[in-house]
Amino acid sequence: MSISEKEVRHIATLANLALSDAEIGQMTRELGAIVGYVEQLSEVDTEGVDPIAQVTGLVNVTRADEPGPMFAPREALANAPKADSVAFLVPKAVER
Amino acid sequence: MNTARAIAAAVNGGAPARAAVEISLARAEADTHNAIIRIHRERALNAADAVQARVKAGEFLPLAGVPIVVKDNISVRGMPATACSKILTGYVAPFNATAVERLEAAGAVVVATSNMDEFAMGSSNETSVFGPVRNPVDPTRIPGGSSGGSAAAVVAGIAPIALGSDTGGSIRQPASLCGCVGLKPTYGMVSRHGLIAFGSSLDQIGPLTTTVDDAALCLDIMAGTDIHDSTSAPRQHVALAPMLAGDPIAAIKGLRVGFVPEHREGLQPEVRARLDSTLESLRKAGAELVEVHVPHERYAIAVYYIVATGEAASNLARFDGVRFGHREDADSLHGMYAKTRASGFGTEVKRRIMLGTHVLSSGYYDAYYKKAMAVRRRLCDDFSAAFTKCDVLLGPTSPTTAFKVGEKTADPLTMYLSDIFTIAANLVGIPGISVPAGSDNQGLPIGLQLQAAQWGEAALLRAAAGIAALGR
Repeated sequence: MSISEKEVRHIATLANLALSDAEIGQMTRELGAIVGYVEQLSEVDTEGVDPIAQVTGLVNVTRADEPGPMFAPREALANAPKADSVAFLVPKAVER
Repeated sequence: MNTARAIAAAVNGGAPARAAVEISLARAEADTHNAIIRIHRERALNAADAVQARVKAGEFLPLAGVPIVVKDNISVRGMPATACSKILTGYVAPFNATAVERLEAAGAVVVATSNMDEFAMGSSNETSVFGPVRNPVDPTRIPGGSSGGSAAAVVAGIAPIALGSDTGGSIRQPASLCGCVGLKPTYGMVSRHGLIAFGSSLDQIGPLTTTVDDAALCLDIMAGTDIHDSTSAPRQHVALAPMLAGDPIAAIKGLRVGFVPEHREGLQPEVRARLDSTLESLRKAGAELVEVHVPHERYAIAVYYIVATGEAASNLARFDGVRFGHREDADSLHGMYAKTRASGFGTEVKRRIMLGTHVLSSGYYDAYYKKAMAVRRRLCDDFSAAFTKCDVLLGPTSPTTAFKVGEKTADPLTMYLSDIFTIAANLVGIPGISVPAGSDNQGLPIGLQLQAAQWGEAALLRAAAGIAALGR
């Protein structure tokens, strides 16, 4: 199964990537080849096989809900491209 | 450069802690392979002095004064950690990775940061924003990836220990291609806290070293459960390095060494010859050779490029220009996200985010992701069955020795296939180690890979030490 340019544009939107037309063209070819390769999994009989996500057998790891050391706002904001003293600053998200 | 064990013994015995650190810093400054992207001279010298003071006060530190190099996706407090990506430009880690925290507490000194494939996505160290790393054995060739800078640093004698991360072979394959030891522990043995996540169900931190003993020494310090990583295993670590004391060849006697006949197909002839001769040497030393089969291993790459990219697409969603790193200006919030990510990520990373987004998207999830997880289960069952018949599995780490810079960059799928022997260990969560095993007729290093059952590091390292001793 190949993948269409329209699908690639849809995936780019889902992935929040503003790709150029040249990149869309390249991705369409390359993703098509990779998707074609992974199609071989359809050969494997997995009827009744329980999919596995966690290979060392851990389930529902919890810890005591106790307060511990945390970053001060100044430290947490130190890496932000744009911030004031208490918050990350971003372009306006809601139009009035 | 001396081994970590030798350096620590000297410093604990009263030798100056700055000695090895100064040598390491000088060599990092003279690096001609682009293995090192940042040098932490002042921090390292201060740390060496602190180690000196602790030793003088009577403490025994297992890694006293041992210089270490840390891959650029592992957090070192106060230092940049950028995963060799433009999108993390300017990011400074506000905390230590647990692995680094424990190594520093044991006396190790971080001297430098190593180059890597961007976000650990690559098998040749050519996707770094800082440019490709060159193989110290032959600078026209790649060092392997993604921990290519760490492997090159160890082989060039910059440090006896470099930390790497391994999601599909990123420690073992560069170790093989550069000619050093590279160990990927059982999933959950080493905390992932402070490792910039790629594939969370696959990633492990591990050491690249010149000796198996140093790899064990380093792992013994890093291993153990961590409250900051819920996938770190809640089990008591039993020290491995002391088990390696004694005659390594005598320790092979009685070991059941499995081999998979299919692994011999498609190998560079010298790699195949080295695998065969090593199996024969092990047999002569008293190991029992056992033929085993792993029928679903041929599907490992297909499973991996669904599971790993799906996890990566989710993990890398956090890089959006809001909290850290690079940002592009735009009028709207969504425009800012999309522009920042498009210009901040490199081509390979974008390709994997796109693939991962596709396989997780509505309408495709069952056909790709769920199917891959079911085949992953069958692969786990294959390995469980194999390890009832043998203690370790021996095979090639890479089908070929190091290829030329630029040779495989045009075709992503060809590059992916170079990880054919290393990927299964991550999908199954088992430990794997690459040990040097001679060189081909061009002098390029050959590595052999040992794998063991989950938590089977004792047998794994014993076999690795035996192979290293047989090769001497």
